[in-house]
Amino acid sequence: MSTLTTAAEVTPPPRFTQEALGWVPWVEPLDELDLTDRHYEGLVQRPRAKNPYFRLLARDPEVLGARTRTDLDIFCNTADGLGRAERELGAAVASRSNGCVYCASVHSAFATHFSKRGEDVQRLLDDGVGADLGDEAWNAVRDAVVALTATPVRFGAEHVAALRASGFDDTAILDVINSGAFFNWANRLMLSLGEPTLS
Amino acid sequence: MDVIDTLSGIAAGTRLDELRAHRPAAREQAQATYDALLFPFDDGAMSLVERYAVAAFVAALFDVPAAEQHYARLLSEEDPTIAAAVTEAVELGRGAGPYGSFGGELVAESQAGPELILPSHLADALGARLTAAIHHTHLLALHPRDSARERLQPLVDAGWTADGIVTLSQLVSFLAFQVRVVAGLTVLAAEGSH
Repeated sequence: MSTLTTAAEVTPPPRFTQEALGWVPWVEPLDELDLTDRHYEGLVQRPRAKNPYFRLLARDPEVLGARTRTDLDIFCNTADGLGRAERELGAAVASRSNGCVYCASVHSAFATHFSKRGEDVQRLLDDGVGADLGDEAWNAVRDAVVALTATPVRFGAEHVAALRASGFDDTAILDVINSGAFFNWANRLMLSLGEPTLS
Repeated sequence: MDVIDTLSGIAAGTRLDELRAHRPAAREQAQATYDALLFPFDDGAMSLVERYAVAAFVAALFDVPAAEQHYARLLSEEDPTIAAAVTEAVELGRGAGPYGSFGGELVAESQAGPELILPSHLADALGARLTAAIHHTHLLALHPRDSARERLQPLVDAGWTADGIVTLSQLVSFLAFQVRVVAGLTVLAAEGSH
């Protein structure tokens, strides 16, 4: 099997969007027929075997499995802490800042779904991370994630203070850090192993 | 105590230890990722010294001191000669990110920035595989949106397999996450109780 895929027809999205996009791998994913129990353990959720991105990451199944379980706890453990909408906002801000059009499409749509604030989310996509996101709380999440995404990291006590002033407690602030940091992981995988296409 | 606790200065029973316990799976699985990447049971696709060299290089680029020192020590214990070459490469590669170019209607948002090309004495010291990996790591760390299909070809030409490219990408990307969690927790830990 070759290492890189044969170049496919893609239509690059001309701008950031909340519409669903496709993603085409540059490195050859595993064939679904070759998946073993070890790969399924890494995929965590069996239907993910249909997705070429996850079948590509299944080439290192232990890392994929641990990554997926980290992801699920950061975004879906809503027993306390930050609301789901604000976690998705954190993911969308990191993606907008790093320039991952694919991740931004998925997580901006989730942010809209959970918050019903589609226009605020769209302003982030259209105008970038400097846009006014509509209230102090969302702007504080945005500032924190942009500072965390920068190299060198600029996140500091002033970001924690602004989050507290907006009513977030320590667990919510941990969730801001986790969701922003996690998309610095996800963005780099989606950007470097394949590309988005209009579906 | 896991590696994120150690690098963030979090001790057992402290407020930050209790805070992290609210996300037990994220905590445990971030450690499991670290173990799988840095202490794999099968290092066939990417050798240990390659893993430690890339980790030391990228942790230094991200400039979170506790992480930089941790990965520098892992590498120097594994291979002091490679460690010396990586230290030199870091000084050539340091920069502010993220930058990179956009296409389509976003072209006006493009931001130019440096492209790392190691001088021949470092390329000789590191060998073809690690030289290609360090070049790719610089791209992923600082200007990931400049990624392109043709940017993977130098890795393939240097002998990287599909499995190896996935592990290399996961290692750099995981460290982008880990050092940011450490940076964030360090700020929280430095504060008083709330």
